[in-house]
Amino acid sequence: MQDSNKPYETKVIVGGGEKVQQWSVYLIAVVVYMAIVGSFPFNSFLSGVLSCVGTAVLAICLRIQVNKENKEFKDLPPERAFADFVLCNLVLHLVIMNFLG
Amino acid sequence: MGELTFLVHHFADYQSPLHHIFLVRIFPALLPVEFPVILRNGQKPRISGSVIVIIDLPCCDLSANNRDSQICRFRALYTNRWVFRKVGIELYGLNKKELYIADLMLAVTSLEETYEALRTFEILGIERKADISPATCPLIVENLGSSSSSPKDLFYALKVNGILRCDISAKVFEGIHSKLQAIVKDASSLLDFYYSIGSLVLIKEQGFKSNVLLGDADGIFHSIKALSQSDGRWRHSSNGPGSTIHAAGIALEALAGVVSLASTEVDQSMIDTVENDIMKLFDSLERYDGGAFYFDDKLLDAREHQGPLSTTSSAVRGLTAFATVTSGSLYPPGDKILGLAKFFIGIGIPGSAKDLFNQIDSLASLENNRQSKNDSFSSRKTTLVSIPLILSVPATVLSLTKKDQLKVKVSTVLGSDAPPLTVKLMEAFSSGSKDSSVVENQELKFDPENSVHLLDALPKSIDVGKYIFSFEIVLHDPEQKKVYATGGQTQVLIVVTGFIKIDTAEITVLDSDLGSIETKQKLDLYGENAVSLSANHLQKLRLSFQMTTPHGHAFKPHQAFLKLRHESKVEHIFVVGSSVKQFEIVLDFLGLVEKFYYLSGRYDIQLTVGDAAMENSFLQALGHVNLDLPEPPEKAARPPLQPVDHYLRYGPKQEITHIFRTPGKLPSQELSLTFLGLTLLPFVGFLLGLISLGNLKKFPTSVVPAIFAILFHVGIAAVLLLYMLFWLKLDLFTTLKALGFLGIFLFFVGHRTLSHIASTSAKLKPA
Repeated sequence: MQDSNKPYETKVIVGGGEKVQQWSVYLIAVVVYMAIVGSFPFNSFLSGVLSCVGTAVLAICLRIQVNKENKEFKDLPPERAFADFVLCNLVLHLVIMNFLG
Repeated sequence: MGELTFLVHHFADYQSPLHHIFLVRIFPALLPVEFPVILRNGQKPRISGSVIVIIDLPCCDLSANNRDSQICRFRALYTNRWVFRKVGIELYGLNKKELYIADLMLAVTSLEETYEALRTFEILGIERKADISPATCPLIVENLGSSSSSPKDLFYALKVNGILRCDISAKVFEGIHSKLQAIVKDASSLLDFYYSIGSLVLIKEQGFKSNVLLGDADGIFHSIKALSQSDGRWRHSSNGPGSTIHAAGIALEALAGVVSLASTEVDQSMIDTVENDIMKLFDSLERYDGGAFYFDDKLLDAREHQGPLSTTSSAVRGLTAFATVTSGSLYPPGDKILGLAKFFIGIGIPGSAKDLFNQIDSLASLENNRQSKNDSFSSRKTTLVSIPLILSVPATVLSLTKKDQLKVKVSTVLGSDAPPLTVKLMEAFSSGSKDSSVVENQELKFDPENSVHLLDALPKSIDVGKYIFSFEIVLHDPEQKKVYATGGQTQVLIVVTGFIKIDTAEITVLDSDLGSIETKQKLDLYGENAVSLSANHLQKLRLSFQMTTPHGHAFKPHQAFLKLRHESKVEHIFVVGSSVKQFEIVLDFLGLVEKFYYLSGRYDIQLTVGDAAMENSFLQALGHVNLDLPEPPEKAARPPLQPVDHYLRYGPKQEITHIFRTPGKLPSQELSLTFLGLTLLPFVGFLLGLISLGNLKKFPTSVVPAIFAILFHVGIAAVLLLYMLFWLKLDLFTTLKALGFLGIFLFFVGHRTLSHIASTSAKLKPA
């Protein structure tokens, strides 16, 4: 219902909440993997978990910012929000890669 | 090792032209290595320039492979001081030969020290002139010819010339002569007199002029005598510090020079006064226990302190010099002269060159008195200081078994033959007891071939043991009693050894209550034994034997021990006691149970008997005894821990196996790959969703923005690829650097793309 209001990129990336669901699925998958295999090395597990969580958070943020009905972010052009999203993702993944070990 | 050439720089401050004659000791080696340093033939040394010397240095590694600088310490022996100089070795290629150059600053090696060395060589009969003369003589000539040389330099240069006999022109002597006469007239201090008068004497001896004469001999004599003190000592100058015996020796030499050079005879009364002074000087002679006499100056000022050797040698030199040129009643007591000789001989080999010179020169003065100088100028009788005769026993250990003969040698201090005399063995005391002498007045026969005095056979009363023999020298010609100093009796410690008979040796095990013998075995203590006994704690072990000397007396050795050693290496040592007849030890095991720590088992028996006078001392394993001891109570002492073999400390250590941390359980390959596939699935789904949603239609179609858009996606993909590389291979810094570049690119491109899209959607919106 709100999909048509959303500009093109955000529709792709945010996709009506399915994306968040997708990341939650990822998260569960990582945790299950760790439960099977064991938490050695622990830092790898943590980095996997945190990567899922971080990206989900960023996606939610983007969704909020892009949503036209949201009063707070009215003046923010969606492209700007998207650029922020991309940048934050890149930084997050750098940290994750470092922590992955 | 090999021949090395050092370039030696020395400095004009040091007035030492003869630096190249010295012995060098190198200390980096464990033992000091000493060798002479000579000049390369044909090399003309210059005083304030550089000199090349050749040294063989076994300690410095100066092989072709080792190009580093090294520190080689060396000590110039004559200076008696450490000369620490960094020998920096630099390598120069010179005509394809490596020339090692080093800076060595030599401390003072003076004419005085050179003279001392040469004189020592001369007395000892070591011929060095051929090496030294070519290089030294030019410098002596230079020194003598120079007008700035001090009297001391002239004196020692002339002394060196006296030994080396360099070719010095008469003109040079003429110049020195007039200079010295002037110095003598003006001299006021003792050393000035000494050097100038001594130089004049040397000039006369070296054949320059036969008429070197002192004009005012009486006056000069008086001036020197004025510096003397009433106790025979001399001061250096009239307002100088205290008087010393060392200065007295110097003064006496100077006075002797005056007397020999005097144009008219010196007043006899003055000479008598000096002789009195000399006798008074002998009152301050000090004594060591062994009969050695010496002079020592007791000075408060440590800097001036010369030491007994230096003082005594100065006094002896002065005394003999003065006695040579005068006649009269000068006659120092013979035993004191002998004592002085014993002092010099008793020093052994001194540590420094100066001490060696003092010792050897003084001994030579005492020896050479026998050559009376025929003074052609006057018919003075020369008074001789007595020549000491030294009695020595070359071999102080005599063996009865080998029938050694007692040999005694009598000679002068430097080893020349003595006049005809007889040596008598007056007494011989056993060193332990002060009983009467076992020998009375035996005469030793003289063997002219070997110049030794022999005692044919040791008297029967001399048995095995340590003795003190007293010898006396009796000169054949009673007239010579004044010429030679023989001293009284000389004591020498002699050890007589022999083969000791050991017999009736037996070892028994006794019952302690009844005293009955359980086992008894005879031992042959000359040969091998291997007894095998067994005993328990109620029994006793007894060992007994007798020892007799070759002459049939009972012998008590210094050491007689019995050792019992357990298998566990615990040892017990007992002293074998002696009674009148025999040696016996009884081990009562009942009392020794606790000492043995209750250890039962096999004990090895070892007997040790030894003495200095016993030629057949032995340490023998006798066999073993199996001891049966009761069980130890709880409170018993434990046997002490046996010492670990110290060499084990240096043996190989226990090997350590390193245990690595067990690697964590890693998942199996397939499981990991499955999950990898699972994670990639959503990405695929994402792409499918993209296409289905039809968003790709919104992709900008016109060329320029399209390129930017593509670049944007490429940029993001590149960053992700960089992250993959970072995880796999790169380190953070490289990654950050690359990320910086990519980030800038991406920012630029992304900005263009997104602004383009924004502008298109803005355009669309109103529409």
